[in-house]
Amino acid sequence: MDNLIDIKGVSHAYQTAAGPLPVLDGLNMAVPEGEFCAVVGPSGCGKSTLTRLVAGLMKPDTGEVWLHGELVKSPRKTVGMAFQNPVLLEWRTILQNVILPLEIVAPSMPKAQKEARAHELLDLVGLNGFANKRPSELSGGMRQRASLCRSIVHKPDVLIMDEPFGALDAFTREDLWQTMRDLRAQEPFTAVLITHDLRESVFLGDQVIVMSGRPAHAQYTLKVDLPADRTIESLYTPEATEMLHILREQIQIAQGRAPEVH
Amino acid sequence: MLRKIAVPTIAILIFLGLWELLVYVNGWPNYKMASPSDLPPAYGRYSHLFIEMGWQTLWRTVAGLLLAVLVGTFIGMLMGFSQIMRDALYPLLVGFNAIPKATLVPVISLIFIGAHDFNTILMAFMISFFPIAVSVGIGLSTLEPEYRDILRSLGASKVTIFLKIALPKTLPEFFGALKVSVTLAFIGTNLVEIISPHQRGLGALFKSGETNGDYPLMFAVLIALAVLGILLYYAVVLLEKIFAGWAERPAS
Ligand SMILES: Nc1ncnc2c1ncn2[C@@H]1O[C@H](COP(=O)(O)OP(=O)(O)OP(=O)(O)O)[C@@H](O)[C@H]1O
Ligand SMILES: [Mg+2]
Repeated sequence: MDNLIDIKGVSHAYQTAAGPLPVLDGLNMAVPEGEFCAVVGPSGCGKSTLTRLVAGLMKPDTGEVWLHGELVKSPRKTVGMAFQNPVLLEWRTILQNVILPLEIVAPSMPKAQKEARAHELLDLVGLNGFANKRPSELSGGMRQRASLCRSIVHKPDVLIMDEPFGALDAFTREDLWQTMRDLRAQEPFTAVLITHDLRESVFLGDQVIVMSGRPAHAQYTLKVDLPADRTIESLYTPEATEMLHILREQIQIAQGRAPEVH
Repeated sequence: MLRKIAVPTIAILIFLGLWELLVYVNGWPNYKMASPSDLPPAYGRYSHLFIEMGWQTLWRTVAGLLLAVLVGTFIGMLMGFSQIMRDALYPLLVGFNAIPKATLVPVISLIFIGAHDFNTILMAFMISFFPIAVSVGIGLSTLEPEYRDILRSLGASKVTIFLKIALPKTLPEFFGALKVSVTLAFIGTNLVEIISPHQRGLGALFKSGETNGDYPLMFAVLIALAVLGILLYYAVVLLEKIFAGWAERPAS
């Protein structure tokens, strides 16, 4: 099996005071090893729910989530997570924050080795001078960089990101896209990226999945045929523009509106 | 640093000056209101009693407070982690907290006759654990799910998540509550010392001043209580600086 992530017919409903709220309905998706899968969809359609299912934080009502050929029943050490909120621990320095997953996953690893690993990543994202600072001393973009380092410090097979760049300004966001691209070149991982930004999905994704409105299934899959060493400029090519058009149309369908004519 | 000490010192001196002036201007006799200048002789006459009784009050307050920290944290954890526990315990706690503790003094001294130390500590505990339980409970139950998820997604146990994230994250709230509790515990100790006649603690010294019509002694006790209260409070502030200093934002 060469699909690292395989989601088969997953349906899930939340039990709320007003009765069950079906969120996912027969969702299928597959991500081959090493691929970067961007997921877009209308707000509230169940994207965050999807990340929690892939991470094993919840079990779907029906259907199966497979990681590395194993059925996901509970959280696994080979997953990394990043959120819109960088959730750095304020009482730890940046270095200690990045080390955190290693304390869980590899408790016996010598401290020096953990720190060396963290420094290596901080260097990659341009935070080398900030290892001993507190999160409160960093800008939002820098905190998100640190958070990314933490999510991959233990070399996870799968990196799950839920709108990690959503709260950043447009320029910082583009900087972080490039950081992400460079990280991936250095440290190959398979990724699921939830985003609201279509340009982001095209810049980072090998495939982009559009989820339908709630209860959601995978409505459309776009293969992104851009070179691996993309630059922001690649987003202004006719191919990219065409893909952005298609995605926009699909989002409108997912939102239940008729696509605009163009 | 100098300013940090000088400003409050000057404030206290001004306060004492105003007090002295108030008594002087009104021409109040000692049995109406003592003035600051009456206090040093009172301390001089009873210095050994102040030290002995002050120590009695202090150690029982601290013991009660420690108990409140342990039990309060435990109840807070129950309420923080379980919605059912929260629903079950909140009304009980609020009701218990609403009971004026003075009414409990005769009750507990009847239940535990003669166990003066225990009674006093118990009262200090009962009056002071509530803020701790509530703050720990709220701190834990309002922890953003992402904080838990970064460790839970790695398969970390509940205990690990509590120790590495939930506990340190609630420390600022905990110390905020502890600052309230420390004064409450102090009130609890003195309540028992004044109401139940066991001749121990600053409260009892106050009572004996009252019985003997020694008003300067009563005021001297009040001031001694205030000083002890300030000491305890700043001990908590010091602990807060050590363990939760990270929560303080640099002034800008
Ligand atoms: N724990 C929960 N209990 C009940 N309902 C929930 C819960 N979590 C999410 N929901 C509901 O499920 C639906 C999907 O939520 P989810 O967070 O997965 O959406 P999303 O696609 O990530 O939205 P957004 O784009 O705004 O982040 C929403 O309508 C939400 O209100
Ligand atoms: Mg979401």
